[in-house]
Parts: sequence; structure tokens; C-alpha cells
Amino acid sequence: MAKITLSKLRHSYYPNPKSPSDYALKEVDLDWSDGGAYALLGPSGCGKSTLLNIISGLLVPSEGQILFDGQDVTALPPDQRNIAQVFQFPVIYDTMTVYDNLAFPLCNRGRDEDTVRRRVMDIAEMLEVTEMLDQKAAGLSPDNKQKISMGRGLVREDVNVVMFDEPLTVIDPHLKWKLRSKLKELHQRVKATMIYVTHDQTEALTFADQVVVMQQGEVVQIGTPVELFERPAHTFVGHFIGSPGMNILPCQLQAGTARFGDHTIALEGPIRGEATGETQIGIRPEFVSLSDSGLPATVTKVSDVGRHTVVECNANGTRINAVLEGAAQHNTPEKGVDVHLDFRRDQTRLYVDGWLATDPQTSTEAAR
Amino acid sequence: MKTENQKAWFFVLPVLVLVAFNALIPMMTVVNYSVQETFGDNVFFWQGLDWFEQILRSDRFHAALGRQFLFTFLILIIEVPLGIIIALSMPRKGFWVPVCLVTMALPMLIPWNVVGAMWNIFTLPDIGLLGYFLNHVLGITYDMTQNPLAAWVTIVTMDVWHWTSLVVLLSYAGLVSIPDAYYQAAKIDGASNWAVFRFIQLPKMKTVLTIAILLRFMDSFNIYTEPFVLTGGGPGNSTTLLSIDLVKIALGQFDLGPAAAMSLIYFAITLLVSWLFYTLMTKDDLN
Repeated sequence: MAKITLSKLRHSYYPNPKSPSDYALKEVDLDWSDGGAYALLGPSGCGKSTLLNIISGLLVPSEGQILFDGQDVTALPPDQRNIAQVFQFPVIYDTMTVYDNLAFPLCNRGRDEDTVRRRVMDIAEMLEVTEMLDQKAAGLSPDNKQKISMGRGLVREDVNVVMFDEPLTVIDPHLKWKLRSKLKELHQRVKATMIYVTHDQTEALTFADQVVVMQQGEVVQIGTPVELFERPAHTFVGHFIGSPGMNILPCQLQAGTARFGDHTIALEGPIRGEATGETQIGIRPEFVSLSDSGLPATVTKVSDVGRHTVVECNANGTRINAVLEGAAQHNTPEKGVDVHLDFRRDQTRLYVDGWLATDPQTSTEAAR
Repeated sequence: MKTENQKAWFFVLPVLVLVAFNALIPMMTVVNYSVQETFGDNVFFWQGLDWFEQILRSDRFHAALGRQFLFTFLILIIEVPLGIIIALSMPRKGFWVPVCLVTMALPMLIPWNVVGAMWNIFTLPDIGLLGYFLNHVLGITYDMTQNPLAAWVTIVTMDVWHWTSLVVLLSYAGLVSIPDAYYQAAKIDGASNWAVFRFIQLPKMKTVLTIAILLRFMDSFNIYTEPFVLTGGGPGNSTTLLSIDLVKIALGQFDLGPAAAMSLIYFAITLLVSWLFYTLMTKDDLN
């Protein structure tokens, strides 16, 4: 188990990268503390798998360093880094039994038979696969296969970090949450540093204490699930996390206030620095409500998703979603009706060129 | 009420006719010959199973069958490992992939009798490139028309040259279908190269290798053209394989009855071995 530091990491799949777009990974600096549960979240092609393969040693980065507990491991091959990785598709050794599969990493490292037996039994019990130990691994169901590949990672006592590369892709939906909670439980028992790569926000937010959101080879925001939801540092995070994602409204700044069309929208607090560039207002649908006054809009679509209702509106050609919950759900407007939208002020933020540009109001200001 | 539709028969009919003419009718003719004796003029006498008994008891058949098994065994024991080794050392991506694939496929595209003729000329002691080199440069006496060992070395080498590519191409297809994750996982698990081969590559190649071995078995067990052109079964009878012997009996001596019985026995052996092999190789997949 170790603290992982990524320092000025850059990677390109081209031999002579020139422009920034040649880089699959653009300058990543990260510190991951020992025993934490982390998630790397981002759409396909954002560089998260590249980053994972660099940490595991399957790829050597073009520039930068990887440190495990302060020791430079950039040049070390995977087997000398003491890491474990679980892949998208379960990797199992078809011809071996479940027991032999779990014992394989230990046997390759020349551990004695007693140690191997004890570790395999421990892990099998933790994963609830004890009764399958004598079975051929080829005949298992996908979720059990994936459990075995996790087990092969956890069976070594000295793993620095266990990495998961979208491990639930091939698992049936009803088994996903089961495996997910199993993973969470394993993390608490084993206390190894774990990094979970996914494009599924639910998986990332339920698994991790800290989520790293990536886009086009860059880290956009690092934070707890709550932080990512409440204060997205970038419109991308706001849009990517949440269902539906954050509403983004183009706006103009006039004397310190934001104007959307001919309507002034109150922001959460003061604007940071000089706001030059493309300005946008960001507000989550959860904080948009229907009221008697406010921004006029027309309802274009209403979808009842059970626990809440999503009302899709159109204001000045911009789509704005509102999520109605509880009592508000009982008087949902119909399609085509004109409504007024009210934005909760402390959740209304300004973004300049995509990046967050407002600070929360201080308590003294709020009191005024 | 369920309506019976007999029209489907019309769709099966063409295949049925085709199979009848290219397999069933010729085969039944052979069965017909195998239980009768004829002295010409289309006069037949019932012979029962005498021909079968005669063939099964004949030393000549035993010798030819032994040579046939030896030949098939030799080429399999060389071609399969060699094919796997070549497939393993071929590049997986890049410019050289098509070059290697086409080069590998070339020997298989040459007609059987041309292969025989090529190797015949190639190994002639006085004018053949290989024959001349061995005899006059290295000083090894090598003449496949005189020496049975030289004849065997030549037909085995020729078959290896002609057909190893099949094993290579099939194994290669099996290898490239292995996802990278397997190799990466093996690296992380600290597996040696041998372990990667034994536990990842070989199991993933099993299906295609089964097909490759099956095809090579059937083909080599029925081989005729190449050894016929190359050695004609000689020197003496040393390279008279089953098919060559069969043709000698049927067309050389015109003993249609024994030849027919021998064909059926020959066919039964090929079928039995293929079936046994395939069943054994695939029995694990069923459970």
C-alpha cells in the first residue's frame, strides 16, 4: 500500500508530438493518499485508461514521473510495481480451476504452499466463491469471472494499489449494484489504495471518496461526490455529472449582473476577477422551480421518471430542465404551457470560458 | 388447424441430387464391387466379405497402412509445433503482417502435382539445386530414387514445406483474437513467457489447432499426388502409401473387388480417427 504521486505526467501515442492535441494526456499532477478509494471519471477517449495504464506500468509516459511512496517507479515494469489491475472484460485462465486462478500470482512469485493456501482461502471467503474453488474457471458466469479477476489482484498481501478499468461493463444490471457494494466492502476490509476508472457517474460517485473528472486528457476537477455535484468547477463537470446535467445558459455581463435575454439573473456571489470571454450561467435542474414570476419559458417536454419529474422548457431558444420533486410533482404543467422559472440563488453560478467564476456569498453579505 | 407444407422438400432436393451424384452413388458402386467378383463382360459373382478378409489379412496392406501412419505421424509432429512457433513469432500489427501472411499462403496455392514435380527436379542429384548441393558440395550421398531414407526425408520435407502454412495461418488467427488485457493481466500476475503460452495462448488456440490437426490428418492420410509424382511409391515399395497402393491394385492390377474393399476400410479408418480425435478434443467444451 502506498501513496501515489503523479508529477507533470504527459503522454502521447505519437513518437514526436507537436501540438497539444497530439497528447492523450496533458500535464497531470495528482496526489493519492494511502488507502483511499478514488475514481477516474470521464467520457470515452478522455485519457483515463491511458492514465491507468501508466500507473500500472503497461505504458511508459512520454514525460513526467510516477512515485509510489516517494520512490520513482516510472521505469519499472508492471510485475515489479506490485500493483493489481482488473480489466473491463474478466481475464481468467480458462484451463485452470478457480483455486489455481487465485493462486497464480502467488505461485509466480514463488510463495510457499501454506501461504498460498491461506491467502487463497481468505480471499475466496471474502469474495464468497469458496464453494467454486474446485470448479474450472471457464464455466463461471461473467460476474463470478470478474470476482475471480478481482481476487487475483487482492490475493497478494503487499499490493500498492488495485486498479479497476470499467470492471462492471459486462455484468448484468441487477448484479452490478451487488458487485459494487462488494467492492466498497472489500475496500474497507483490505484498506488498499483503489483506483476505479469508469464513464458511469453512478459507479464513480458510489465507490469513491474522491473523484477525478477528466476531459480530453486533462483533469477538470478533483473532489468528493458532493463537491462535484454542488460546485462543478467546469461546465463539463456540471453537464457530465447529474441526470439530467446542469443547465447552461449563455449570458451577458452588465455592470456586475448577468443578463439572459432581457432578464437579469441573480448569481450566488461576487464574480472573480475580470470576466472576459464566453460567459455562461450554470444551474442544476434540481434548483430550478416553477413560480409565478421569474424567467418566462415554454414547456416542451415532460418526463415522469418516477421519484421525480423532469420538465424540459425553452427560454429564448435555450433548453432549461427543471426537476420537480415531492409536492411540486402534483401540479406538473403540460406540454406547450407558458411558465415562469425561478433559480435558487445560492446555486446559480457564472462560468467564464467554461470555468467557474463566482464565489459563494459570505455570511455577512447574505445577512444584508 | 396446422397446415402441412411439403414445399420445403424442393429446397433440399438440389443438395440431395448433388450429394447423391458426388458421394452416395459412387460410394455405393464401390460397396457393390467390394462384395462381388467379376471376370469382365459385366458378369458378377457374389463374394460376400471375402475381399475384406483378404485385405485385412494381407501383409501388403499392413505394410502400406504402417507407412501411412508413419508418414502422417511424422508430418504432424513436425508441422504442428513448427506452425505454432512460426505463428508466435509473426508480427501482430504493422507493415510486415500482410507480407508475412501472403508469403505464408504461397506454398498452399501451388497445385499438388506441380509441388511434386518441383521437388522432383529440386532434389535430382545431378541437376537439382538441393540434390547437387548435397552430393557435390557437401559430399553427402543423396538420391531419393535409390535410397529409401532419402525418399522419406524428401516426401516429409516436401509436405512440411507445402502445408505448415496452414497450421501457421490458423494458429495466427487464434493468436490475434486474444485481447490485450490477457497479456497485460499476465504481466501483472508475474507470469513467465512459458506460462503465458501454456495458460493463455495455447488454450485460446485450442479450437483452431483442433481444426488444423484434423485437416492435416485427413489430408496427409489421403495424400496421393505429391508422392506419386515425386517417388511413384519407390524405391521399391518404401514410399508406397495407402492411396498409391490402392491405385496400383485398382488400376494397375484391375482387381476391382479387393480395391473396393480396401477403399472402404481406408475410408473407415480415416473417419474413425478423425471422429475419435475431434470427440476427445471437444469433450471438455460440452460441460
